[in-house]
Amino acid sequence: MKNTQANPKGIYTISNRLGDQANRAVQASEDRPNSLTSGHRACQGCGEALGARIVVDAALRAAKGQIIVVNATGCLEVFSTPYPETAWQTAWVHSLFGNAPAVATGVAAAMEVKGRGNVRVLAQGGDGSTTDIGFGCLSGMFERNDDVLYVCYDNQAYMNTGVQRSSATPPTARTATTPPVGSEPGNVFGTGKNVPLIAMAHQIPYVATATVADVQDLEAKVFKAMSMRGARYLHVLVPCPLGWGSPPRETINLARLAVQCGLFPLFEAENGTVTRATKIRQPVPVENYLKPQRRFAHLFKGGKPVDDRLARMQEMADANISRFNLLGHEETCK
Amino acid sequence: MLKQVEGSHAVAEAVALCRPEVICAYPITPQTHIVEGLGELVKAGHIKDCKYINVESEFAALSVAIGSSAAGARSYTATSSQGLLFMAEAVYNASGLGLPIVMTLGNRAIGAPLNIWNDHSDAMSLRDAGWIQLFAENNQEAIDLHIQAFRIAEDISCPVMVCVDGFILTHAVEQVDVPDQKQVDAYLPAFVPAVVLDPKAPASVGALVGPEAFTEVRYLDHKKQLRAFDAIDRASTAFKSVFGREAGGFIRSYHTKDAETVIVAMGSVIGTLKDMIDEKRKQGHKIGLVSICTFRPFPTAEVGAALKDAKHVIVLEKSLASGQGGVLAAHVRAGLHEAIPLTTLIAGLGGRPIPKNALSEFVEKIGIPSSDELHFLDLKQDIVDGELKKTEEERNARLRNGAARGR
Repeated sequence: MKNTQANPKGIYTISNRLGDQANRAVQASEDRPNSLTSGHRACQGCGEALGARIVVDAALRAAKGQIIVVNATGCLEVFSTPYPETAWQTAWVHSLFGNAPAVATGVAAAMEVKGRGNVRVLAQGGDGSTTDIGFGCLSGMFERNDDVLYVCYDNQAYMNTGVQRSSATPPTARTATTPPVGSEPGNVFGTGKNVPLIAMAHQIPYVATATVADVQDLEAKVFKAMSMRGARYLHVLVPCPLGWGSPPRETINLARLAVQCGLFPLFEAENGTVTRATKIRQPVPVENYLKPQRRFAHLFKGGKPVDDRLARMQEMADANISRFNLLGHEETCK
Repeated sequence: MLKQVEGSHAVAEAVALCRPEVICAYPITPQTHIVEGLGELVKAGHIKDCKYINVESEFAALSVAIGSSAAGARSYTATSSQGLLFMAEAVYNASGLGLPIVMTLGNRAIGAPLNIWNDHSDAMSLRDAGWIQLFAENNQEAIDLHIQAFRIAEDISCPVMVCVDGFILTHAVEQVDVPDQKQVDAYLPAFVPAVVLDPKAPASVGALVGPEAFTEVRYLDHKKQLRAFDAIDRASTAFKSVFGREAGGFIRSYHTKDAETVIVAMGSVIGTLKDMIDEKRKQGHKIGLVSICTFRPFPTAEVGAALKDAKHVIVLEKSLASGQGGVLAAHVRAGLHEAIPLTTLIAGLGGRPIPKNALSEFVEKIGIPSSDELHFLDLKQDIVDGELKKTEEERNARLRNGAARGR
């Protein structure tokens, strides 16, 4: 019987220290690589810092330590490498905001030419660099099927510059450039870009979405991506306490609620076809996810929705649930 | 080996002889034939262990080269004009990271209005981006400068832009001496990067630097440019001993010894100027030429010394800083004794031919002026005057119209 789940262990906990070593996440293992080490300057509760550590640690494990990381400009770059310090314990390069995929292509080309194909290349950036300014380079890297794993840490706005709207900002969200005023407060409906689906349209070997709420699942997707060659794309939802207006302790919970309400579907696709979507274990209304975040506070008054915008958000979630068939029981074994 | 080839192909062959490991290609006129030539050489197996990547933009072209160079591969790309501007952010980044990338710039005007023909506006627009900029006089020098460029770049970990006049050189078929592989191998050692991305010795490259250290970083960039003088000197001296001919260096003087009027210029127009000077010399005119091969770092002292006995300096240049005047002229002025008048002659913009006769007439007419002047060769004054008049009339009409409508 082959286990087809991305999270084969079916557990959310990262340590599971009562279980055997084989069930432990890389994050819980005694020899965790700790690629993004302590002392960096991320905010308390930063989802991106967490996501990057989980992803790069897993990639390092998968590649037996032979990793070069290419980082786009953004929070992750700024908080990890203020000269003369660096929090990275792996070969790491930052060039510009919009060129990380192209730089990664160059690194991979160099490794190929030098006969060092065992050295793997991981590029990473936030949603601004991925879905907006670096999108041309990302599409080029996908189209050429360059041997790069690109990871987008999506916190749904330009957080490093002070919470401005990106093409990954959801409708109604308050940002500094989509203030909650006027006839359609916050970010407007009918806009935005779904980069995982666009990545699939490039027919690249592997596309997956994940969040920082399920470490086992995220790590499993990194391992799967690292078992393949060519262009691979991982889109990780990483809540941002600053931009989302949420308590730092809620980061993991919000990432989980985003999945459970259907607004952020977890799925995998190979060569342009969805191969698996993770069933929602405990479905919740979008209200449960939106209410704890101040960026959506204007949707409610006295705890009640002020207009139909909450219902429209629910429609978006329902459309995802239907499109990816997210309800029902997981078919764990085939 | 002597060959009769197009300039672009000559450059492609020269780059191939330098054993590049990563070549990033994106088409833009007039540089395109260079990357086409290289693509064929790689695909046919004439360049071994080289990855040729067709990218989606010039921004990506240089970004890929940044990645491959940072990972220790000898990296090359080529562009022109709008392409250079589209990659401008990466141009600064490559030098800031100290990556010895070599890039050919097939010099071309910048729009609007759209214009695909030759001038030096593109190179001048990024003159302060921390790259070494070399200008080729002819296709032989285009070959020779590319071979030197890799050596200079890797010597001091600084990117080098080799400027080759679009069409005039890139598309001209000339006889050139293409060196053999043994010679180039003897001249150009294997690339040993100063800093390299390697999991075996993890380094963080490209940190955030705040006000506490940024001035020092920029100061060191300036020092590196000054050190480049030595590297350029070493490269051209060694070049002569290996290949037996002169190429590169900072400047070259032609009949300047007794010259009263000295013309300063760079790029392919040097050939026309030499012909003009030869003719004028025969007629008894004391005229000479200083050609600039290295524009960045700018050899201010050398230029000043070469011009110290002149009575009048004419800087002929294919670029214009709107609202200011000549770019090269401002550089030359900095090294020139204040008592020597300098005439800026803007010529060849957007591919306008620079005929020998027009130059000769200009030199004749201007004589030795008493102060600095700015001129445009062959400017069609009637068209300009008509346009100025029309613009003024339209502006007045617009203002009257606006005033009549109120708010």
